[in-house]
Amino acid sequence: METGFVLPDLEAEDTAEFWAACQRGELVVQECAGCGRWRFPPRPMCPHCRSLEVRWVATSGRATVWSFVVPHPPLLPAYGELAPYNVVVVALDEDATIRMVGNLVATPEGPINEVDPTTIEIGEPVRVVFASVEDVMLPRWMRAPKG
Amino acid sequence: MAQSIRDQVAIVGIGQTAFGKGLADSELSLACQAISTALDDAAIAPGEVDGLASYTMELNREVDVARNVGLGDLTFFSQVGYGGGAGCGTVLQAAMAIATGQCHVAVAWRARKRAAKTSRPWAQVPARLADHWQWSRPFGLLRPVDEVAMLARRYLYEYGGSRDQLANVALAFRKHANRNPAATMYDKPLSREEYLNARWISEPLCLFDNCLETDGALAIVLAPAERAVDLPHRPVLVHAAAQGLPRQHQTMINYFNDDPLEGPSWAAARQLWRGAEFGPAEVKVAQIYDAFSPLVPLSLEGYGFCGRGEGGAFTEGGALEWPDGRLPTNTSGGGMSEAYVHGFNLVLEGVRQMRGTSTSQVDGADTCLVTSGEGVPTSALLLRN
Ligand SMILES: [Zn+2]
Repeated sequence: METGFVLPDLEAEDTAEFWAACQRGELVVQECAGCGRWRFPPRPMCPHCRSLEVRWVATSGRATVWSFVVPHPPLLPAYGELAPYNVVVVALDEDATIRMVGNLVATPEGPINEVDPTTIEIGEPVRVVFASVEDVMLPRWMRAPKG
Repeated sequence: MAQSIRDQVAIVGIGQTAFGKGLADSELSLACQAISTALDDAAIAPGEVDGLASYTMELNREVDVARNVGLGDLTFFSQVGYGGGAGCGTVLQAAMAIATGQCHVAVAWRARKRAAKTSRPWAQVPARLADHWQWSRPFGLLRPVDEVAMLARRYLYEYGGSRDQLANVALAFRKHANRNPAATMYDKPLSREEYLNARWISEPLCLFDNCLETDGALAIVLAPAERAVDLPHRPVLVHAAAQGLPRQHQTMINYFNDDPLEGPSWAAARQLWRGAEFGPAEVKVAQIYDAFSPLVPLSLEGYGFCGRGEGGAFTEGGALEWPDGRLPTNTSGGGMSEAYVHGFNLVLEGVRQMRGTSTSQVDGADTCLVTSGEGVPTSALLLRN
């Protein structure tokens, strides 16, 4: 159980729905009700058509690794204890320009330093999992079979 | 339409404090010392200063600086945002203010006691994040180095770059610092072997891919070009200047758009070159913002010294090194080996190159590019003499 992590505000107007969906085990993005485009991170206005209306749509939760880093100390204590760990940016299968920051883990509730970082490859397929940290469900990523 | 600022304003004075860690003087004292030195260098009395420009992250307020240095009635004072992206923007705003008559003598400065641990923004995260950091920090992407390393890994992957190319950057700037007695790393040479064996900070970036942690302050004085000819130093003209915040950009964690590797430098560069009478091929020396080594190849691409993906290869063969490289860069040692004061030392080194007084003076240098942070909303300057 991780403690001392930096965590999101679950009640901020523009982003609460994303974190609420994580609690339900859903990875959602905003779909503009005006023009249908997806966007992430969440924001109130569509930069394409300026609509304020959105639908929150569940994604497949499938993605590929776009890039990754392996932080080493000095770090905030809660993270320093786990270092070296990985941080990945993944690109969603449905739209490769929708990217999210996360961690590659070996099991859904496993620590962020369990996967050998020398084995991580850009382009490898992953699927979303959710890990509880305090009152937040953080989306993380596990390796998925290709295709 | 309104006039251009081209060559209308000159940098006529420069001043800086010593660089170090744990300097005894307060940040306010450091700022005042640098500004005072710059005014003496320009032979301009403090009471003539009626314009100020600095960073939004500058903790010294205009009122306090003015009350200490004895500045005159201020009619222009502005701040530029986004940390290391702001440096050249402060010069741009001061120059615009002078060119349009909003003020007549302006000071731009940056003072920082960076080495104090509490001054590191990433060490001051609030309990709960409601801003854009909620998309990165919960996952342990905490520091600027982590955020840049993410782009660097992707860059090296897409273009087949290598750590050797990043080492070219670090080693070139260290060599320049080894010639500059004011530089933090003046007496500390760096070998490629030391670079390659250094401890990781955020893989793929190691210790020597990072800038220094520095206490210090630097200031410049700007005045109309026609006045500059009567002042002690060879006038250094602000030939062109630009800010750049490209569409759909997110500061530091620019992962959420179509092309994250085309950063703010590209947007600033388009405006910069539009305002200039020469192009990248005529730039004799460059001061490129280097909080982290990968920002240099990215900036080389953005400002048009090479094509997309060619910035890493550009660094080969000593291209960034004084005296014979095709583009001697960060000739005082830059943020990685002289001092990291949010990139403002790069502005002063640009001025020294145009005066002919750098410790790694490029022969016949009559044009200099100075840039601010890539990866954040940025700014850039072209200086000429
Ligand atoms: Zn829309």
